[in-house]
Amino acid sequence: MIDLPESGGTGALAAALRAGHFAATAEIGPPRGANAEVVRRKAALLAGHVDAANITDNPSGFIRLSSLAGCVIAQAGGVEAVVQLTCRDRNRIALQSDLIGAGALGIPNVLLLTGDHPRFGDHPDAKPVFDLDGVQLTWTARELRDEGRLLSGRELTARPRWLIGAVENPFAPPREFRARRLGKKVAVGAQFVQTQFVFDVAGFADWMKQVRDLGLHERCGILAGVGPLRSLRALQHVSNDVPGVYVPDDVGRRLRAVPEDRIADAGVDLCVETIQQIREIPGVAGVHVMAFGYERGIPEILERAGVGPRTRVSAVAGRGDEHAR
Amino acid sequence: MSVGSTGAPEVPAAGGEQWPRPIRPTGPANNPRAMYRLGQVLLPNPAYRTVARALEAHPRAEAAFTAVERRVKERIFGCQMCGQCTLPATGYACPMTCPKQLRNGPCGGVSQTGGCEVFPDRQCVWVTAHDRAASAGHGDDLAKLQRPVDYREFGKSSWVNYWQCRDDDLWTDGDGLARQYSVRPPA
Repeated sequence: MIDLPESGGTGALAAALRAGHFAATAEIGPPRGANAEVVRRKAALLAGHVDAANITDNPSGFIRLSSLAGCVIAQAGGVEAVVQLTCRDRNRIALQSDLIGAGALGIPNVLLLTGDHPRFGDHPDAKPVFDLDGVQLTWTARELRDEGRLLSGRELTARPRWLIGAVENPFAPPREFRARRLGKKVAVGAQFVQTQFVFDVAGFADWMKQVRDLGLHERCGILAGVGPLRSLRALQHVSNDVPGVYVPDDVGRRLRAVPEDRIADAGVDLCVETIQQIREIPGVAGVHVMAFGYERGIPEILERAGVGPRTRVSAVAGRGDEHAR
Repeated sequence: MSVGSTGAPEVPAAGGEQWPRPIRPTGPANNPRAMYRLGQVLLPNPAYRTVARALEAHPRAEAAFTAVERRVKERIFGCQMCGQCTLPATGYACPMTCPKQLRNGPCGGVSQTGGCEVFPDRQCVWVTAHDRAASAGHGDDLAKLQRPVDYREFGKSSWVNYWQCRDDDLWTDGDGLARQYSVRPPA
């Protein structure tokens, strides 16, 4: 059970965290084009299986339909949305404006990130903004919501009510500092955190111990990032092309040891086992499933890991019409 | 966080130069204990404050002083002249030399060997900051909450600001934004 103030968090994700139910979130990758149908279809696949779904914000600097627009479409499709906002493309004016906009649109969760550098995206010639960093953006969001003020001190006419989320990478150096970096985000207002992919469960457990020692898990829902590696190409991509992902050697060995037509299943099995192991680590509040292009497989992964829709239904009980919003 | 799709079109940087321009801090900065001692010498005091006020009253003198500051700090720290120096709280590794100019710690893109996400062959400035601060017994400094940068101060002398105690609210120990707003109120 996580102590979340009443000022924020009106959605299913906040309810699951407050009630101490093992939460599940997932990621919807928006399309590179103006087709709402893609988002709607992915939302329909996830509805009823996750507490909320993130719509990514131009992941890795590759342009996609905007997160805010994707959230509106996903919510109409029946799944609670998490809007992602990175510091990569917006200065403090645009960030605050989008945060207020998300509040007005009734999006119950925001996920605030520093963001990847545009250098490796499809517009490496773009100006990297980084006017604020992830900690400062989280700070700014809490200020907007709880004090009803902009960074300049000017008052808002109405306060947004979203739950504030952040990210952390437990595996990137300096490792000794990673739990404390999350501590900074929690100190300034982060109420849930979604981590980078966990392939190294032992390393994650070490980080969780530091998180517990700092008492962060009592104030912030820790959602472990997981995802299936369904091909050797995906393994290669995640290991080499996605900044900050750590894939221990034994994961690669395990996938290479099975016949090629069985790799997809082996990757899904590994993901299921990872979730089961993560559930045993004290202080973990849930999982965040990232399966770009394989959203259809997420319900099965969660169900096999024992985080199926039945868990969700009990989490939803007593929340009335909030879910349908 | 997400796995983006592959197949980015290669857009070469104009003129073949590496961009963003990597920065290599050198020399004395690699001796953190000496840096912390120097930091003590530069702490604001009435004499420095008088000097700083006098400099601001004489624009040509201030320009010359700022040029010297730029020359020295560029050489030692890769200074970007943000005008609001946070070196004493970051192990004397300048966070403005990070390609994302992050002032609150490293991003999630640091490689397993401590390499920068943008320049993999170079050590992440926050890995340097962590090593230096920890080795000098200042590891706790990195937990301080750094407020957003004021872009109006870019190009100005941070010493002139520092000696007049204008930098006092650059960072805070607690969650102090509630009492002190991050952006300084307009003068």
